Amino acid sequence: MNDLKIELKDLSMAYGSFVVLHDINAQIKRSSVFVIMGGSGCGKSTLLRGMVGLMAPAKGDVLYDGHGFWSADEDARHAMLRKFGVLFQSAALWSLMTLAENIALPLIEYTKLPPNEIDAIARLKLALVGLKGFEDFSPAELSGGMRTRAGLARAMALDPEILFFDEPSAGLDPISSRNLDQLLLELRDSLGATIVIVTHELQSIFAIADDSIFLDSETRTIRAHGNPKELLAHSTDPTVRAFLTRGAEGAVKASV
Amino acid sequence: MNEPTQTNTIAATPQLVARWKTPDTFLLTLTGDWRTDGVLPGIEAVREELTKPDAKGKKVEFDTAGMTGWGSRFVMLVARSRELCQKTGITFVPDSLPEGVRRLIKLSEAVPDKKDAQRETTKPAWLQRLGEDAIRAWSGTVEMVKFLGQQVIALGNLFRGRAQFRWSDAWLEIQECGPQALGIVALINFFVGLIITFVGALELQRFGATIYVADMVALGTTREMGCLMTGIILCGRTGAAFAAQLGTMKVNEEINAFKTFGISPMEFLVLPRVIALVLMMPLLCVFADLIGMFGGLVVATFTLHIEPMQYIQRSIDAVPLKSFLLGIVKGAVFGFLVAFTGCFRGMRCGDNAAAVGKATTKAVVDGITAIIALDGIFAVICNALNI
Repeated sequence: MNDLKIELKDLSMAYGSFVVLHDINAQIKRSSVFVIMGGSGCGKSTLLRGMVGLMAPAKGDVLYDGHGFWSADEDARHAMLRKFGVLFQSAALWSLMTLAENIALPLIEYTKLPPNEIDAIARLKLALVGLKGFEDFSPAELSGGMRTRAGLARAMALDPEILFFDEPSAGLDPISSRNLDQLLLELRDSLGATIVIVTHELQSIFAIADDSIFLDSETRTIRAHGNPKELLAHSTDPTVRAFLTRGAEGAVKASV
Repeated sequence: MNEPTQTNTIAATPQLVARWKTPDTFLLTLTGDWRTDGVLPGIEAVREELTKPDAKGKKVEFDTAGMTGWGSRFVMLVARSRELCQKTGITFVPDSLPEGVRRLIKLSEAVPDKKDAQRETTKPAWLQRLGEDAIRAWSGTVEMVKFLGQQVIALGNLFRGRAQFRWSDAWLEIQECGPQALGIVALINFFVGLIITFVGALELQRFGATIYVADMVALGTTREMGCLMTGIILCGRTGAAFAAQLGTMKVNEEINAFKTFGISPMEFLVLPRVIALVLMMPLLCVFADLIGMFGGLVVATFTLHIEPMQYIQRSIDAVPLKSFLLGIVKGAVFGFLVAFTGCFRGMRCGDNAAAVGKATTKAVVDGITAIIALDGIFAVICNALNI
């Protein structure tokens, strides 16, 4: 089995004539945790949108298991989407449904399982993220951290091969944030999923990343590539060093 | 030139005394409490001195020993003086300013002005604006047609049994826009029937033909007012709700979440709403017709003294079946218009709270405009076809 899960090939993302990112090339290994990091406004989330099919790239393609996503036809793309689980920044739970319904919906749409089994799976997924007993709560009744976990449970509904996270620890307290990191690693190890995370939380980055790219808002492309710990140890780029040391070293740039 | 320039002399209030301490040093002596909301001494006198051509190369100093308090307005004054000095080539000596003020001034200048962050304020020429508006209107139309096309495809998928659509969702929407709208539809149409009867009766009384008021009300409500009023009510009630719901879901990324699961928002969210309104509107129209005629009956009975049974009989005789059906068909079309504009504006909503408000407003305005315009077109066509 090929070791490569995702490949970004000459990817450029643009809003109209405004190019946000250009010439993004990266390879993501199977069952690894891959972090997309960078300062505010560097295009991290835009890159993620290009990877999960929400925004067509201006140029280039994203390859999953060697198959191009954007060059594929609609049906093939649909089949690839089934292998994804996405956790959005604010969890984006469907507010008109209960937690259990949120998780059940993808199962109802994509599987032919009987309702009682779907219900059991929804309960299981909620239990995995520590939300047992909250099945009939509506998203509005939950705290931010619980919502993030419920979003994670929904992302895992279809046993995805790849999990995408858009700033999962935004708005969480340090302990919840750390627990979420633990949960991610646990899921990676038990499910064997490949995880792609957009974040600028340094502690998370060092705790969980196997590999990473650092996006730069000035050059609008990849500035550094590698394991964050190694980048911290060996990188000589002042911008990268400044980011990884919270501005204690390297060129401090205020991005206010 | 060495004369002190005084601007304010009342004790305890902030004071600024500016004078040339030496021929080369301009001293600003500040006393009093500068935290006030009242009038502060201006720096016009200072500005005047410093902009004199021979001031160049000299320096400005401060004496703040007598100052008891300062706030943002004081910092502003210092910043302005500093700017003035930079412009006129005078040395600015901040050493004797309070420590906090110095640090604030320094902080405000730590990040250089981002020139491209400042908005372009020049107004484009009217021809350019006209062109831009035209382009925007055109792209809006194209998007609307696209949305309509997607809607048709979704409907096709529904008939082939391939749509991601749940009748339970449609059922909920049906409940929301049908039975729950009965109250307001009844109220408005009752009054409209009442008003038509009063207006008509006034004219008809002069010819001694009061009984024909029943014909007028019956025809007026079934052909026009019933469906028109119901359409407008549902536009403000349900169309606005659709736009707000979908718009908020867009802001929360819930729509994106559907997309990444490969669930089509068009089929899952828009289709049930459109179906609900298209099914409910004709029923509401029949209800509205009956209530409107009842309104007429009340006025006819109590103020025109027409026998109720007679009035009812005349009403039934007056309305040909085709007029009645025309009203119902128009109702279904208006239902589609309301659902379409509501969902279209909601799905096109921007990604912040203000955009949701805008989308809702636009949905209602578009919906009502479309209903009235289409009603006019219906009238012309019916006239030509003699319906």
